[in-house]
Amino acid sequence: MAQYISKYDIIVIGSGLAGMTAANTLAKSGHKVLLLEKHHKLGGLATWFRRQGGYVFDVSLHGFPVGMIKSCRRYWNAPIADRIVPLPRIVFDNPQFTLTTSFNREDFTRLLTQKFHLAEETVVEFFDTARAMSHTGDASMTTQQLFDRFFPGREDVIRLLMEPITYANGSTLEDPALTYGIVFSNFMSKGVYTFEGGTDLLIRLMQEELERNGVDIKVSADVTGISVENGEVRGVQTGKDLIRAKAVVSNTNLKGTIFHLVGREHFTPRFIETAEAVRLNNSSTQVYMGLKPGESINEDVCGDLLFCSAAPAFRTEMLLSRQITSRTFSFYYPKTRPGTENYAVVSSTNANYSDWADLPEAEYKASKEALIEDTLNALEKYVPGIRGKIGWLEAATPCTFQDYTSHWNGASFGTKYEGLAVSRELPEQIQGLFHTGSVGIIMSGWLGAVNYGFIVANNVDAFMLDQKGKN
Amino acid sequence: MTNEEIRQAVIDILSDISPEEDLENLDDNTPFRDQLSLDSMDVMDIILELRKRYRVNIPEEDYGKLDTMTNTVAYLEPSLKEM
Repeated sequence: MAQYISKYDIIVIGSGLAGMTAANTLAKSGHKVLLLEKHHKLGGLATWFRRQGGYVFDVSLHGFPVGMIKSCRRYWNAPIADRIVPLPRIVFDNPQFTLTTSFNREDFTRLLTQKFHLAEETVVEFFDTARAMSHTGDASMTTQQLFDRFFPGREDVIRLLMEPITYANGSTLEDPALTYGIVFSNFMSKGVYTFEGGTDLLIRLMQEELERNGVDIKVSADVTGISVENGEVRGVQTGKDLIRAKAVVSNTNLKGTIFHLVGREHFTPRFIETAEAVRLNNSSTQVYMGLKPGESINEDVCGDLLFCSAAPAFRTEMLLSRQITSRTFSFYYPKTRPGTENYAVVSSTNANYSDWADLPEAEYKASKEALIEDTLNALEKYVPGIRGKIGWLEAATPCTFQDYTSHWNGASFGTKYEGLAVSRELPEQIQGLFHTGSVGIIMSGWLGAVNYGFIVANNVDAFMLDQKGKN
Repeated sequence: MTNEEIRQAVIDILSDISPEEDLENLDDNTPFRDQLSLDSMDVMDIILELRKRYRVNIPEEDYGKLDTMTNTVAYLEPSLKEM
């Protein structure tokens, strides 16, 4: 176990991708950094788990944008970046269309013009408009309005362009168009990627890099409070210990940071009002299916990611319902962990925390069973005889996500757009207090989290140099 | 540091951030973004490196002033000339 001293330059609370990236960047800049994690392993929702019989499941590995390669090379190291590989086959199957795509601008253009019969200039203009969007732009236009402008009445097109984004970050047609434009341009232009070797290898390589750069890491350390005096951060409380630091970076949920770890009395009333109004993003359900040794899945039929639905059209309100039929299957073939023979399928849907948390125990169990049954029924179409092939089967609900991450309402994609401004304002409210992690939709997902970790580290580094100048 | 040394310091950082770029033919009066594949994350990376290597702290509202090489050198000159 790492020795840790009781005084640091910076303490990072939480080791999600954003927290780890912030810790690594700050350590490389010469600061003494302590990284605290409440679980026994690092990674946050970039996680995996093993089950008896050799089964291993990745929770969120498949499908991040190409930008991860550059971000990992710059903020981590080349061996990590070099293991990022494309997922070649992305499949859509729903009552409106069935298609396979390599998930880049050229292929989407081909599909939209040839299969959906749109004019090429409309498609080009749509891609260019999305690419030109930035977080400083007008946030009043919704994603629905953006689609209505380019593809009026074309629910099939909206479904193709929206379903993967909803899977990636939980956003909906009601969210600002600029959040869609930014994420779409990162995500649906140059293919979709995964990490060869699995989440466990990625996190191990990141942990080794953190240790090389001198970050002290303490796992199974549950932070109960952030200590603030006279508007300045003093340190963090974990168990009976108060560990001193000049700056604290919280990589836990934004609202949890403000209302639980710090306490509302330390902020201005206006800030509290704004923070209270921040809407959390939705939660998720997942079903994990491990195939028995010797069983396999037809990669040509299923692809790497399969967006499937029996719903006649794409509707935001249906996406969160427990009667959902829209789900994304992530297929993990032996190529995910070369040298093994593991086949696993992880099904994901978006979900409302309240639909699950308020259920009596018996009903909760029954709902979880129904979720598993519905998922198997849907998968049967693509993997015939799936029930006989499965050796391990379990499900996670919004309550599972809440329990694992301590995120309010089990939010699996951070906050809606307005959360970004609140996260950015934190250091103006309390000197030395920073937040990083999934916020504002655009700073969500793997790439958003890594990049936001770096952005906040840059702010913390500037703050530390300013402090030195004052002393 | 002379202005030529400041320019070289920025070139060194750029070549670390984007090793594949052609920096030999960089035009000092054309925005970086129009001739290099730099995005906003790269700009932040340059700022972090300037702070790390030369202890110049550039406030966020000034990031936009570092758009061309000429403007960047002019901006850094007061902080770096005594180094």
